[in-house]
Amino acid sequence: MIESAPAIWLTLRLALVTTLILFLVGTPLAWWLATTRARVKPVVEAVTALPLVLPPTVIGFYLLILFNPGTPVGGAWVSLTGDTLAFSFAGLVIASVIYSLPFMVQPLQTAFERVGRDHLEAAASLGAGPWDTFRSVVAPLSLRGFVTAGVLSFIHTVGEFGVVLMVGGNIPGRTRVVSIALYDHVETLDYAAAHALALGLIVVSLAVLTAVFLINRRYPVHAG
Amino acid sequence: MAAINLSAMRPFFRLAVLALALTLLPAPPASGETVRVAVAANFARPAEALADAFTAASGHAVVLTTGSTGLLYAQIVHGAPFDVFLSADTVRPARLVAEGHAVAGSTRTYAIGRLALWDPQARDGDPMDRLRAGRYRRLALANPDLAPYGAAARQALTHLGLEAHAADRLVFGENVAQAHAFLATGNADLGFVALAQLAGRQPGGRYTLIPAAWHDPVRQDAVLLTRSAGNPGARAWLDFLASPAAQAILEEFGYEVPE
Repeated sequence: MIESAPAIWLTLRLALVTTLILFLVGTPLAWWLATTRARVKPVVEAVTALPLVLPPTVIGFYLLILFNPGTPVGGAWVSLTGDTLAFSFAGLVIASVIYSLPFMVQPLQTAFERVGRDHLEAAASLGAGPWDTFRSVVAPLSLRGFVTAGVLSFIHTVGEFGVVLMVGGNIPGRTRVVSIALYDHVETLDYAAAHALALGLIVVSLAVLTAVFLINRRYPVHAG
Repeated sequence: MAAINLSAMRPFFRLAVLALALTLLPAPPASGETVRVAVAANFARPAEALADAFTAASGHAVVLTTGSTGLLYAQIVHGAPFDVFLSADTVRPARLVAEGHAVAGSTRTYAIGRLALWDPQARDGDPMDRLRAGRYRRLALANPDLAPYGAAARQALTHLGLEAHAADRLVFGENVAQAHAFLATGNADLGFVALAQLAGRQPGGRYTLIPAAWHDPVRQDAVLLTRSAGNPGARAWLDFLASPAAQAILEEFGYEVPE
């Protein structure tokens, strides 16, 4: 288990950073989707859900093409940081944000939609601005949605494999996450190490998910 | 939901029933046996060419299933219905024999892979000069712990005395196909790939063949699986792999043939 420590630490760091960025990116997007009447809404919803459908290795392959230092995105990153996006922690974060986006946006959107127009109109009639309304009415009523979205994004990033496999380059301590280390153990027929790592992954995931469902049951948030 | 107009659906039902019936029909009768071959994914292209030549010559049909060597090994151990296993290494066939899943004495090396150093962006010059001078950002290779081509690449680096020099710029593909993808997409600018990935294509850039003496030979072994010990088609396929016709195909795809 000691030799797995760098992979476990890296995985937790990646999942945490990804989840935090997803909160920043996903909250406005989910809010917009929950409140807009724009005609493009179904299109944006579909694009958001796309990572659920595309095979992860395919997403990873196209990210590799995007990260190529010869492209504007990849080239800008190299001139900014001196490092390629592929095979770096930053590249893994970008890949994970894209891959886990639906797991953040969809629970949040559902939670925001459930708040309902009445509350928003009541807040507006009391003179609350949009930001104030969001902070003092929508956010507290959507607390469960935030918890669910955060946990799902975190766990989904921990379990991510195909995308990281493609863009990571399997560098110990840098891009070799738990799922890749697990795959390596299986491929080298080191089944004992694979079982240990898989067991750890399952126990942690089960514990976190159970905790979330428990919290959700014990502290139900009522709209109204 | 609106009610579905059943009479309008009738043509679709007919089509569905017809499609179902077709899947239940037995496969078209071949004059010979059907040989089910599990093939390491990096050998899929030559295996298709070999299968066509074999079917034309013998009348036996060949069904190829591709996957990673480790995956196919695990499937065979758990009873997958294959007759012959074309591995990308020598370890897994030997293990299958030791565990009783493959026929003792049936193991043979069917191809020897050659390693190449590839610079996908180069217009001139020798990629080897860049490697020796350290003029690269990322050096791609297959994972030496998993892939025979990766182990060979590491041995070549050791032979050149460059292993420590390159250490912090190495990126590892899970297999040699992924190392190739890192290079083909421009994320790594120099790397070790299989000659078979470049031969017969227009890979772009420049590549140089790594001398065979710099690393252990990348032997790929085939083995007859126990459940098919009595399948004459399977034995014929193994014999065919050592024939001059098969060896010509192997060389065309960038492999060396065993002595």
